[in-house]
Amino acid sequence: MLQKPGAVWVIGEINGEKLVEVTLELLGKARELAARGGGSFTSAVLLGNETGPLAEELIEHGADQVILVEDPRLGLYQNDTFARVLERLVKKHGPEIVLFGATHCGSELSATLAARLKTGLSAHCIDLKINDRKEFVQVVPAFGGKVYSDILCPEARPQMAGVKPGIFPKTERDAARTGAVLKENAAVLDSYQSPLRALRVVQKQPRELPLEKAETIVAGGWGAGPDAWPILDQIAVELGGAVGCTRPALDEGWTKGEHTMIGTSGKTVRPRVYMGFGVSGSAHHIVGMKDSGVIININNDPEAPVFEVSDYKVVADAKKFLPVLLDKIREHKGG
Amino acid sequence: MNIAVCVKPVPDPGHYNRITINPQTKLLDRKGIPVIINPVDKNAIEAALQLKEQFGGRVVLVSMAPPDVGETLKEALAMGVDEAYLLSDRAFAGSDTLATAGILAAGLKKIGEFDLILTGSESADSGTNHVPSQLGELLGYPHLNYLIELNLEAPLLKMKAKIENGYIEYEGFPPLVLGVAREINTPRYITLMGVVMARNKPFTIWGLKDLGLDPASAGLAGSPTRPGELHLPRHGRKAELLEGEYEIVAGKIIAVLRGAGILA
Repeated sequence: MLQKPGAVWVIGEINGEKLVEVTLELLGKARELAARGGGSFTSAVLLGNETGPLAEELIEHGADQVILVEDPRLGLYQNDTFARVLERLVKKHGPEIVLFGATHCGSELSATLAARLKTGLSAHCIDLKINDRKEFVQVVPAFGGKVYSDILCPEARPQMAGVKPGIFPKTERDAARTGAVLKENAAVLDSYQSPLRALRVVQKQPRELPLEKAETIVAGGWGAGPDAWPILDQIAVELGGAVGCTRPALDEGWTKGEHTMIGTSGKTVRPRVYMGFGVSGSAHHIVGMKDSGVIININNDPEAPVFEVSDYKVVADAKKFLPVLLDKIREHKGG
Repeated sequence: MNIAVCVKPVPDPGHYNRITINPQTKLLDRKGIPVIINPVDKNAIEAALQLKEQFGGRVVLVSMAPPDVGETLKEALAMGVDEAYLLSDRAFAGSDTLATAGILAAGLKKIGEFDLILTGSESADSGTNHVPSQLGELLGYPHLNYLIELNLEAPLLKMKAKIENGYIEYEGFPPLVLGVAREINTPRYITLMGVVMARNKPFTIWGLKDLGLDPASAGLAGSPTRPGELHLPRHGRKAELLEGEYEIVAGKIIAVLRGAGILA
């Protein structure tokens, strides 16, 4: 069934006036899934108000068709209005697979839509495949990532999946790509009075280099202790990278905040180099960093689980080792 | 104010590194891992208790789980919840989020009318975050997930829902289904008095028939998704040991950083 044009959909998400990264990451994967199923045609769906110019960007990143709904009532995201419009689009066009970015809004919207359509939805997928029987296999982490489970949706349609940001690489933008824009409307909202009202969106972009853009990540865990963080910062500065953390370090209040937390409920990163200090290696954290290029870990427990996902291991007290490493890096750069 | 809190007993996340897959049965082996109330569900209980303290009313707990979770749920009663309903039946096993939401919705409808239905934003074991929204849809109530602030200025509710690097402000009127995030509050500890009082609080167990549910709507039969194979992550990294005095090891790390093109 994936041969049908537009059988695979990506639901686009806008933050401010821009498409969020995970939308662009999903377009490449959607094309791959369509191709594995014998198709060649992927649709992106975009809901909003005066968002037409973003349709071109979706096409340049891999969409063959953009289904565009522009309406003043869609200016601010709300799960009820967005799900009603999407429900109508799905019923009208009948996609086989619908992909969402597993952001906060994307997760909520996908769950709302799946309940309205009485269909299956998987959350926080870390891989999506078409198997030899041409089934859509969604791989999800369970128990914080200690095990992975395949999820199938054998009968109900569409098959819906949410994917965490940072899992799939973004396809390069190709200004030469062309595609169609199909305009749809939000008339389904004419007879709907929302009992909720989104008043405003408040966001503060952190000043630091975002983890997902850093080529080097210096991560601290509980074993780094409370005093290591200025040194981690300085090492990150010397290497042009960013500081990440584990959930326990975040909970201790040692870090710059949740946007620096790596793991299933935080960021998924794939830097060129990941260096962990006092990171024990909970399944939760490992899911978020296992695809990094080179992984180095410093931990005083020789049996720490994090070493199973390390290229290099150093058995040392991270607190004592950090200042030595900082000096040595400075000496190297200075010389 | 009538409030229901939906909670899920989960294996204690502090022990997830001990979970394995039995090579024969291909099923999860989680022997000896204690079961606790899903941590963020305790924030939902706390939010409900705070509203009750401010505005009066009743807080009822509803959980879908195997029959042996009674002691775990009594912790919620000891925190101050007035009454607990355990929805438990063999036929519920294997329920995905949609089937779970359907069973919870049936239980809630049978108990009565609620102004608010609170739950944690996601569970620690499967972590889908779908149930708050799906429960809202199946009950026909408006819903929000990831609440970090909830203020009642009767009859209006003012709420903040977490998003990446910020939040969205919402207003709405009860009834609502709300998933709360851990930032919303700090759950209270239980007191000895609470434990003693919990002993005499009503605790009801209902099965499929009590809820009047069709077996085809519950458990695996009522779930659009099917779990496939389980696998353990394989990383295939060699963990080469870097040894020596700290200065020597630091030098070796610099060599690795140079090899990766991070340092010149």
